[in-house]
Amino acid sequence: MRPVIQVSAIRKTYGSAVAVDDVSFEVNDGEIFGLIGPNGAGKTTTMECIEGLRTPDRGAITVLGLDPFKDVYKLQERIGVQLQQAQLQKRIKVWEAVDLWASLYQRNAINGGRLLEQLGLIDKRNAWFMTLSGGQKQRLFIALALINDPELVFLDELTTGLDPQARRAIWDLVRGIRERGKTVFLTTHLMEEVERLCDRVAIIEHGRIIDIDSPESLVKRHCPERTVVLATDDGSAADRFRAIPRVEAITCSASQFTIRGSGDDLVTEVIQCLSENRIRVTDFRTILPNLEDVFLKLTGHSIRD
Amino acid sequence: MLRGLWKLTWIEIKIFLREPLGAIGTIGIPVLVFLVAGRMVGRRAALTSPAASSFIGVGLPVLASVLILIGAVLSLVTIISIYREGGILKRLRATPLRPQTILTAHVMVKLLLSAATLVLMVAAGKRYYPVGIHAPLVGFTTALLISTCSILSIGFLIASIVPTARFAQPIGAVIMYPMMAVSGLFAPVASLPLAAQAVAKVLPLTYAVSLLEGIWKGDAWWAHTRDLTALALTFIVCTALSAKVFRWE
Repeated sequence: MRPVIQVSAIRKTYGSAVAVDDVSFEVNDGEIFGLIGPNGAGKTTTMECIEGLRTPDRGAITVLGLDPFKDVYKLQERIGVQLQQAQLQKRIKVWEAVDLWASLYQRNAINGGRLLEQLGLIDKRNAWFMTLSGGQKQRLFIALALINDPELVFLDELTTGLDPQARRAIWDLVRGIRERGKTVFLTTHLMEEVERLCDRVAIIEHGRIIDIDSPESLVKRHCPERTVVLATDDGSAADRFRAIPRVEAITCSASQFTIRGSGDDLVTEVIQCLSENRIRVTDFRTILPNLEDVFLKLTGHSIRD
Repeated sequence: MLRGLWKLTWIEIKIFLREPLGAIGTIGIPVLVFLVAGRMVGRRAALTSPAASSFIGVGLPVLASVLILIGAVLSLVTIISIYREGGILKRLRATPLRPQTILTAHVMVKLLLSAATLVLMVAAGKRYYPVGIHAPLVGFTTALLISTCSILSIGFLIASIVPTARFAQPIGAVIMYPMMAVSGLFAPVASLPLAAQAVAKVLPLTYAVSLLEGIWKGDAWWAHTRDLTALALTFIVCTALSAKVFRWE
């Protein structure tokens, strides 16, 4: 199947600063694709080049079979866009914004009222934009991005600045977009957002893509370590654990053991060892690496630094 | 090109009227001042001195029109820069809307609101100024439309280059008000010091005032070819320049 987005070797500079350098990737039909990286990594620039709002200095982009620069209006008809930190007119009413946006597209817009209902904004339809909460504003922007029933939806830093509850509600909405058969391209600097939402993710830093894969594969590939933490009073436990083949390090403080090793089987083997030797444990938990650890490993720093 | 233009214009008018001082500031206050002034001096002054009579007969309508025009230009500069800073322009551009449609809608809003103010003033003037309006209203409206488009294009150029919304109003005012001072609005250009006359000659507003006064007095259009050329030139140059330097964000 033909990818929905094809980006090959694009580069974009602002003066002497290189925002995006040699970035290539593809986004497949029907997936949620994420671009994750710290602020200033080049996420928004990359996205806006694909949307046709910016022109890269070099490289080629195809979106839905169109060139985003030559066919920008044709492309706008078929995509939905939510921009980072966008605003609307302070005193525009919710329904007016939806009505205006619906009038801008040639293709039959979907029912604005039903859209507002689905997004939980129907009670706010007569409210001015400036009176909406952060979460309500973002839901309105999602409504505007969906009003033309687009094939491809762009979401730039969708949940930045929202509280955890509003964030979860928005995630459910994004999953709903995918369930309608649409492709979603999003940027974020929240690891949790990627882990909860994305089918595939590209990690970007200093304008370059470091790796692309599904979140699980990235973790498996770059961070195979597993850690088991357990508590036991059994004096022979330390020796028994050392005998497990995959174990690489054991630390012990008071009655708590921290067992490190690599591979998915480590946890099973620790459990087998416990049961074969009838070791009585009072606490048992595993620590699995996540995307945060992948990022740390690949870049040498945390995404928030 | 026209897709969305009317709806955007209509919504922008509604939004403008929702501003705390929107309707009152742009339409109410000018008309009110006009009425109060009319009540106080209109009838009396017209009958006493010929100078006052000439001011009320020609100067005042032109002054009022130009004041509204300048107000519209300053408001356009401010709105465009606020919309740019807030990312509203950028959000509108990420739709099939053509950029020129967005900007045209804002010009239309200003034109319509200015027209509404002027119509109310003319209505008010009819009641309080017995000098009578023998002016060719259609011709004057046309002249005003030409002048407005020309001066609005300067506004657009200013809006294209002001760095932030905070500077928009002061920079606009610094450019517009001196232009008014030497434009012949308050004293005939010929009576100004020579240096000021030289400045007036290169400022487009001078030609707008000359055109408006002339047409109001009943001059023929051909007598104002020079004014029309200057205004058209201003419009073309400023529009072309702002098309080049306009920033959406």
